[in-house]
Amino acid sequence: MRAVRVLFGRELSLAWGGGGGPLLACGFMLCLTAILPLAAGGDPRVLAPAASGASWMALALASLLSLERLFERDLEDGALDLLALGPLPLEATVAIKAVAQWLATGLPLALAAPVAALALGQPAHLIGLTALAAAIGGLGFAFTGALGAALALGARRGGLLIAVVVLPLFIPPVVFGAGALTRAANGQDPASALALLAAYVLFAMVIAPVAGAAAIRNAQG
Amino acid sequence: MLKTVDIQSLSLSRGERVLFHGLSVRLPAGEAVALTGANGAGKTSLLRAVAGFIRPDAGTITFSGGPNAGPGLDGETLEPETARRDGVHLLGHLEGLKPTRTARQEFDFQTAWLGGTGAAREAAVARLSLKPLLDLETRKLSAGQKRRLSLARLIAAPRALWLLDEPLAPLDERWRTVAAELMTAHLASGGMILAAVHDPLPVPARNLDLGGLA
Repeated sequence: MRAVRVLFGRELSLAWGGGGGPLLACGFMLCLTAILPLAAGGDPRVLAPAASGASWMALALASLLSLERLFERDLEDGALDLLALGPLPLEATVAIKAVAQWLATGLPLALAAPVAALALGQPAHLIGLTALAAAIGGLGFAFTGALGAALALGARRGGLLIAVVVLPLFIPPVVFGAGALTRAANGQDPASALALLAAYVLFAMVIAPVAGAAAIRNAQG
Repeated sequence: MLKTVDIQSLSLSRGERVLFHGLSVRLPAGEAVALTGANGAGKTSLLRAVAGFIRPDAGTITFSGGPNAGPGLDGETLEPETARRDGVHLLGHLEGLKPTRTARQEFDFQTAWLGGTGAAREAAVARLSLKPLLDLETRKLSAGQKRRLSLARLIAAPRALWLLDEPLAPLDERWRTVAAELMTAHLASGGMILAAVHDPLPVPARNLDLGGLA
């Protein structure tokens, strides 16, 4: 559909251009990864078991960075009114923005995640699984993040509010995603944890556009 | 196709403050209504209610049209969401422009999103002499230049109902004349205009005074 393509193109160009969104998120994630050995000591016996978990925590925090941009700027400069009068229902607009957010930050972060995990001492054969789990989880982060960004619309210091609203919603994907890597590292089949991760992501993809659109309508009124 | 907007005994409030009670106005094809009133009387709120952004406390806003509409006939009542999505332009205080994108990127997005076609977009750019502005970042445009970009959006994506909030305020004499011509042409082609103004609208319009502060 033409309208979907038009909006998608705008969102991607806004996310990539001006401020280097994806690079910033990846840089932030790698900084977090670099801080852990400094805080916990460089002993591989300490770091290696925590590598998967730490990389998922860094992933969740880095996914928060550009959420404030998602709706807040459009509300401030009036573009949200224009989006609401467009051909697509607001629910579809929220979903498209979330998918664009995933492409612009979630996927680059999924490529950076194995680097972070590897640096902390994760076994090298888990590289593929780390990237896959991060890509699936990133889609969940994008949708739940979009919901949080919509709920925080119009609040002063909205960025901080988004973090507080969204981080609890990020817990299940972190549990399942890091769980899949831990199981694989212990020689167990990670499929069950990945399936739960995917189920949570699908759930978020259904709920977030509806709830997010309602929150946006409320903020516009 | 949207032909008539009928507002019946509408009441609006913002927070605790009631803006107006029992406001009724009918806007048939080809007519304009100028909303006047003191600052804070509710002109912008009424426009936003018609656009569907503010839920009224009471009263109805009905859109009608469709193939059976004609002189003296309203046609069918349209589903409000649908009517707004393909029949309503809102030109507010904010132009919805991203400061770091070029005028061309923003104009192309806005018009494509609102359903504008290639030929109409070319014509709109020519009509408002936007060529020299298109490659500038929108933060470098003056208020009047931004408003010209928005006026171009109105004609690049044809929609029946124009909701205009102080449409002429940032424009100079020359562009006010052009804006007046655009409005005249819009009304002549069966469009409708609901405009919040302090100066008189440059087209024949009924006046609806929302009064002072309640």
